[in-house]
Amino acid sequence: MKYTAQDFKSNQEVRWCPGCGDHAVLASLQRALPEVCEALGYTKERFVFVSGIGCSSRLPYYMNTFGFHSIHGRATAISTGMKVANPTLTIWQATGDGDALAIGGNHFIHAIRRNIDINIVLFNNQIYGLTKGQYSPTSKLGAITKTSPYGTVEHPFTPGALVLGARGTFFARSLDSEINLNKEIFVAAAKHDGTSVTEMLVNCVIFNDGAHATISDRENREDRTITLRHGQPMIFGKNKDKGLILDGQKLKVVKIGENGITEKDILVHDATTVETGIHSLLIEMKYPEYPVALGIIRDVKDMTYDDNVRDQLLEVKSKSTITCMDELLHSGATWEVK
Amino acid sequence: MQHKVIDTQDVVIRFAGDSGDGMQLTGTLFADASALYGNEISTFPDYPAEIRAPHGTVSGVSGFQVHVGSIEINTPGDFCDVLVAMNPAALKANAKWAKPTATIIVDTDTFDEAGIVRAGFKTLDPVTELKVEDRNIIYSPITTLTKESLKDSGMDNKAIIRCKNMFTLGMCFFMFNRPLEFTYAYLEKKFKKKPQLIEPNKKVLFDGFNYASNIHAIANTYTIQPARQEKGTYRNISGNQATAWGLIAASEKSGVPLFCGSYPITPATAILEELAIHKNLGVKTLQAEDEIAGICTAIGAAYAGNFAVTTTSGPGLSLKSEALGLAMITELPLVLVDVQRSGPSTGIPTKTEQTDLNQALYGRNGECPIAIIAAHSPSHCFDAAFYAGKYAMEHMMPVILLTEGFLGNGSEPWKIPSMKDYPAIKPPFIDSCEGQYKPYQRNPETFARYWAVPGKAGLEHRVGGLEKNTEGVISSDPLNHEKMCAERAEKVARLANYIPDQEVIGDKKGEILIVGWGGTFGHLYTAVKEFHAEGKSVSLAHFDFINPLPKNTAEIFGNFKKIIVCELNSGHFVDYLRAKLPQFKYMQYNKVQGQPFIVKEIVDAVNNIL
Repeated sequence: MKYTAQDFKSNQEVRWCPGCGDHAVLASLQRALPEVCEALGYTKERFVFVSGIGCSSRLPYYMNTFGFHSIHGRATAISTGMKVANPTLTIWQATGDGDALAIGGNHFIHAIRRNIDINIVLFNNQIYGLTKGQYSPTSKLGAITKTSPYGTVEHPFTPGALVLGARGTFFARSLDSEINLNKEIFVAAAKHDGTSVTEMLVNCVIFNDGAHATISDRENREDRTITLRHGQPMIFGKNKDKGLILDGQKLKVVKIGENGITEKDILVHDATTVETGIHSLLIEMKYPEYPVALGIIRDVKDMTYDDNVRDQLLEVKSKSTITCMDELLHSGATWEVK
Repeated sequence: MQHKVIDTQDVVIRFAGDSGDGMQLTGTLFADASALYGNEISTFPDYPAEIRAPHGTVSGVSGFQVHVGSIEINTPGDFCDVLVAMNPAALKANAKWAKPTATIIVDTDTFDEAGIVRAGFKTLDPVTELKVEDRNIIYSPITTLTKESLKDSGMDNKAIIRCKNMFTLGMCFFMFNRPLEFTYAYLEKKFKKKPQLIEPNKKVLFDGFNYASNIHAIANTYTIQPARQEKGTYRNISGNQATAWGLIAASEKSGVPLFCGSYPITPATAILEELAIHKNLGVKTLQAEDEIAGICTAIGAAYAGNFAVTTTSGPGLSLKSEALGLAMITELPLVLVDVQRSGPSTGIPTKTEQTDLNQALYGRNGECPIAIIAAHSPSHCFDAAFYAGKYAMEHMMPVILLTEGFLGNGSEPWKIPSMKDYPAIKPPFIDSCEGQYKPYQRNPETFARYWAVPGKAGLEHRVGGLEKNTEGVISSDPLNHEKMCAERAEKVARLANYIPDQEVIGDKKGEILIVGWGGTFGHLYTAVKEFHAEGKSVSLAHFDFINPLPKNTAEIFGNFKKIIVCELNSGHFVDYLRAKLPQFKYMQYNKVQGQPFIVKEIVDAVNNIL
């Protein structure tokens, strides 16, 4: 069956604020899923969208698929149970920086550690929107919010670093408005076996407007971000004349054509290497010292929890002599009363 | 040397030692051998929370009581006929449980000055200090004899000393004429991968047996004839094992695969461990990162079409409260097993109580009634878990199954049932619908919604913690909210149409009705039997169904002049009854000591009001 984006739109009114970055992410997803279905032979009814609490967690209502809008922070655990219970389902999870990294931090890292085959879309707007403007675990140091009127005094998480620390196998990053890149990432995430985490840098027009503006402005975007593609040199900039090289144990931005640098000196992106070193350096790049890395930074193969559960079940079953409850009841030490 | 005649109908033996002395194993092996011999048994492990508490101190004493009989046995017994005290601390902690006629076996090797001081005695004469000098005390150098028995075994000193519990077990086997074969078979299985340990363990058990027969200290041996049990095949089962098996049985009957998301917690962990073994029966277990993930993975599994279970104890129930509300409002089937322990907070983790009832009844935000079933004996945990699963799946709702540490860890012989005698379980699955699927449309009889498992085209729908209307659309409409709350409550209330009537043990009409629930059954029943033996009109209504109450509850209560509600908390069930059935006057007897009732205190309490 061939689907269009329209097939994934529910009949429910989308209630995000006008101008909210979530709209674009939703549109990207609705455009990506027909392609996912075509590539993998999926039908629409196998999709389940799961979410926790927060603005982005309203997303399941807007998808014309099965959906579960759960409680704050716990979507990852709910997705995990769903996938183990019914591995034929394709699970997508919408979550925010508060939902996934504050109240749900524990479930987030453990799902990634297990590498359960779910797709997490992390809407990072660096603020609590639904509760009207308190700082989140990704708010920049010093951020002035309603609960930090004098600025925050704590470092934010870099979500990708958390993913790597938890043995993550797939991490991508994008901007809400990069609809084509988002679509490309979502298709790759769907194809990836294991937990995929896509960090979407989204703009909250009401409580944190312009949080990502320094890198997302059309004017400067190409100079301040780099879109990584596996097997391609790490080149960026309006004129495609800047690149990244390894300088000792650090990355360094260089200009092609200056100081004898040619395209051959530029690092080639390898998303599939198990080594976390370069991936970690790419994830940690911050403007203005570096361009912010977008695209699929890491996409490596590893065993998945759900496959292992299934295989173990089959193996134990094939070796066991007990096949039903009555046999179990009579197993071990029993005695007869006559 | 006093010679005592002990009632051979039933005997209570209490094994007590340091928490590393292997007393739980010794007690379990004695109980298992007795059960296999055909006796009725009931066991009560009474151990500290510390795995290895300070050596030789009272806080580190681990006990295991077993009641063995040729008659019907319903409790582990109040006081013991034989006390095994492996060190002075064990004697100090347990002397109060020894009957005036009791035999006490002590390992004299541990009763040196250091050991006596460490146990906190004021003098160097513990027996006099505890005023147990008139008991039949068997002084045996158990440690020395064990070393002697195993000196040629090739084992190191530490390993040899660990075997002294087997020597003691051998002594007890002689005293009670237990055959050694059952334990031999156990040792052969346990040490299959370390065969060099099989013969030494058998030897030390045998030497203990012979030692007891050779010394004249034990003048009498006791024979407890096999009990006159109903015909059939029997096995020994603990409450936690029975709970796990009952859940698997519900999975088999319904044809719905079992998923258990859980987090280890005393005293519930053994259920997760037991379920984890049975992958051969399609059981999936997920040891989650925390209690909340335990229940949330289960909720996800329920949505995806599995029979979902989460197991816990009191503190875990607290952590699961919000998610339990989610299961309730999304109307998904889920069994939550709470093996209650002493609280609040961490409380006394290894001790038993019934103090989670209020939490189970009321411990959630919003209007959130949840069905509650309680198990009343170790083997009854099987049926209780089976029916919890049946009602959860057929009525599309979470069900809390309350058991207790006393039941979970306790064990008893069980006549093995046949699965053909259990009812079918038919969850309301739905495969297709006309037009837009309405997730909160209900069965008009049960009020259950239908189970539309993802993967079925045309049934796409969204559920969640936000209030919805019947169509599954978010709604904050005041009247819709009131209607949905009422419908969800009505669904729980209507379960009363499907559960059995409450039974009364004893006269159906009379003077006094003892009311109990959960794991106190054995003690309350034994007390009632004592009253019946004296010709007194005292009956028992022991509730397995807490919410909703059986439909004939008021009718029963109306037939008695006095009602006394006995429970191991400050009065949770009695308060609930006062709210539900305020037309009756209730008296109450409560105990909050982290210990089960003793029969005598129930008898005394009832005699006071007779």
